[in-house]
Amino acid sequence: MSDNGKPRFGMYWASSCGGCEISVLNIHDKLLVVDEVFDVVFWPCAADFKYEDVRGYPDGYIDLCLFNGAIRNTENEEMARLLRRKSKVLVAFGSCAYEGCIPALSNLTSKADTLQAVYLNSPSTENPSGILPQPRTSVPEGELEIPEFYHTVKSLGQVVPVDYTIPGCPPEPHQIWAVLETVVAALKGQADLPPAGSIIGAGQTAVCEECPLTKNEKTVRRFYRPWEVKPEPGLCLLEQGLVCMGPATRGGCGALCPQVGMGCRGCYGPLDGVEDQGARMLTALASVVEAGRPGMDEHTLEKEIEAVMDTIADPAGTFYRFSMAHSILKRARVNGNGGKPGLQSGSGE
Amino acid sequence: MKKISIDPITRLEGHGRIDIFLNDEGDVANAYFVIPELRGFEQFCVGRPAEEMPRLTNRICGVCPEAHHMAATKALDDLFKVEPSSAVKKVRELFYMAFYVTDHTTHFYALGGPDFVVGPDAPPAERNILGVIHKVGVDIGKQVIDTRRRNHDIIKKLGGRGVHPVAGIPGGWSQAVTPDLQKEIEEAARQNVEFALFSLELFAKIVLENKEYVDMVLSDAYTHRTYYMGLVDANNQVNFYDGVVRVVDPEGKEFVRYDPRDYPQHVAERVEPWTYLKFPYLKQVGWKGFVDGKESGVYCATPLSRLNVSDGMPTPKAQEAYEKMYETLGSKKVNGRYAPVHFRLATHWARLVELLFAAERMLELAQDPEITDPNVRPVVKPPAVAPFRDIPGEGLEGVGCVEAPRGTLTHHYWADEQAILKKVNLIVGTTNNYAPMAMSIKKAAQSLIKKGQVISNGLLNRIEMAFRNYDPCFSCATHSLPGQMPLEVNIYNARGEVVEKLSQFVE
Repeated sequence: MSDNGKPRFGMYWASSCGGCEISVLNIHDKLLVVDEVFDVVFWPCAADFKYEDVRGYPDGYIDLCLFNGAIRNTENEEMARLLRRKSKVLVAFGSCAYEGCIPALSNLTSKADTLQAVYLNSPSTENPSGILPQPRTSVPEGELEIPEFYHTVKSLGQVVPVDYTIPGCPPEPHQIWAVLETVVAALKGQADLPPAGSIIGAGQTAVCEECPLTKNEKTVRRFYRPWEVKPEPGLCLLEQGLVCMGPATRGGCGALCPQVGMGCRGCYGPLDGVEDQGARMLTALASVVEAGRPGMDEHTLEKEIEAVMDTIADPAGTFYRFSMAHSILKRARVNGNGGKPGLQSGSGE
Repeated sequence: MKKISIDPITRLEGHGRIDIFLNDEGDVANAYFVIPELRGFEQFCVGRPAEEMPRLTNRICGVCPEAHHMAATKALDDLFKVEPSSAVKKVRELFYMAFYVTDHTTHFYALGGPDFVVGPDAPPAERNILGVIHKVGVDIGKQVIDTRRRNHDIIKKLGGRGVHPVAGIPGGWSQAVTPDLQKEIEEAARQNVEFALFSLELFAKIVLENKEYVDMVLSDAYTHRTYYMGLVDANNQVNFYDGVVRVVDPEGKEFVRYDPRDYPQHVAERVEPWTYLKFPYLKQVGWKGFVDGKESGVYCATPLSRLNVSDGMPTPKAQEAYEKMYETLGSKKVNGRYAPVHFRLATHWARLVELLFAAERMLELAQDPEITDPNVRPVVKPPAVAPFRDIPGEGLEGVGCVEAPRGTLTHHYWADEQAILKKVNLIVGTTNNYAPMAMSIKKAAQSLIKKGQVISNGLLNRIEMAFRNYDPCFSCATHSLPGQMPLEVNIYNARGEVVEKLSQFVE
């Protein structure tokens, strides 16, 4: 707490797009309440505190720190460690900090391939001498430094211990506000903080439970790409053969995507007690697949199911769209053919 | 040699840093604008189904996800060789105009505007949106918040989500506009037009009636004579959603006008080892370093650039505001069009002219009977092609281009015959302006640091102002709500010891 009795608040982004911050701004006028209730001590987006200020704070100085963005380079990791030390409660805020998010699809390829694609092979890049960004560069006037780009994208929890997680890409504003209200009440002694380590600002059940589209227990003989069919409005997309991550994804968003005719892609992460969202999705899919006839032998049945599953384009990049940093796939083999992900796990860091 | 670091200035794909080196005389020898982060979308999107790109690439930027969503969706039209119906184009453009209104509003009132409305020398604690509200009144502050809210609401209803929309599909849009929504949007657009007109009046009153500000806008410290780039329609008028790319030289003469698909012939990107971001330049002119003028391939793609390349605005009120801007800034007509304005701070004014255009265009679209066409989701299939072997003419290929608020945005995809991506190239809005921003920073530093004398008071804000007018994606990161960019300047001597420390705002 500050001298004025207000809890100290911090927010930081590591490797992220800024959408988490915009979602916080989208609580609109309630933002003024945040300003009233908290003493903001670090928030590069909104207030002018510097790294130096944070380094000077005593350990545990920040009461609540929302950390968004994944760990992609040396600077991200340094800030994660610094803010862990300076914060009483550190929250992994949003999908990147929680489980890597879309940028963690990078873990299906390699650092070398990424640098090559961006700086050497891009059709608009003119780079005859093959220059790549370097951690240290001597220029005529002195030396310039940039952080080192990591081979693997990590979640915040893979680098430092995290107290709570708010999922979503980005977390929906009404959920952000609900969490802030709880924290304020707890700090005033009017409520208890949720159990340490829990996922907050989200539902406890799957997206399907809050989705208004009607399920008719229909099965499918194949899956379709979104441009191959026009879905019947009001009906479950998965039962129409359009891949929707709803059954394997935590709710809390309000099932926004399926309601506009686009399948869920899983941004709120896996359900409680599920470690691997993709594996869970495979199980869910099996239940809508129509295969086999009475008396069919197990081998033929398996083949039939496999054939239906094969109609799904890019299963790795779809089932682990947001959770690749935590996936049991771990890392693609670093063999220079990034972009050919399969469901086999590979070697390499 | 002394080294001054400004760290962090945050955000583009991450954070930003400025390193300024002083020579033995204490003058600025050079300034480096360093972007220390890379995320690598060009590589990790490979292997993904092409149709997922509108939902993948919006994560490049959470501030302008709508722009990436739209460029990606248009790249899919081209990849699938499907021409969207006119209703589809109108629904997309309507969505895009709502985005422009909220984005330009945010920049003017929360990010760039405070420098003028509150004043460049006001205490940093007041130089923010709250300061703006104090200066112009709570009622107006409320209007700003309402404008953001009203348009964000429409973005969510049309695009499916408030941040990171999902509705773009090849040749279409995932849902139609209902008659009820159409009425709501029409009313919002009307309010937007009023709000834009009011904002231009406010600008005239606060900036144009203040000689000190006008002098600053016209000063050499904030002037660069470069090429300009922007999309124009068939009449050479400004268009955000579609058109051809037009480039004019520093005198305003058309240098080239090309189909966005031909961008690799016209734009090249330079790699430097000390930053993760590339520097685009005009290929036909060539890279001559961080210099302006006709011999240098450096170009600029901003609201001011879009006005500079165009022959005018497609809507009547915006056209009036456009003419007033060029007349007031002393631009003469050459061959029927205004000569370009090179005063970088006039970009703020140009942004308001564009705000008015976006609002007027939104109203036109909302009133168009075709906007409620229920058939906006076609079933399509990719054309039959030879398997992809990275040879031109084989596999699927598509380019999508829009004007992002921060510059011309190009997505370019290659895919195999199953529409699985094989290669991706992106030239992002802010990136176009990387070299001009670096030049503006150096020029501002040179005018403020002389003979070892560092003008500490206002130095940091003047340097910020030099690039804030470009509305780089990190500006929202660095100058928003209670809003001060977290700048700190450390001055090092030759032995690397800190000899002086300057901070923007330390209590």
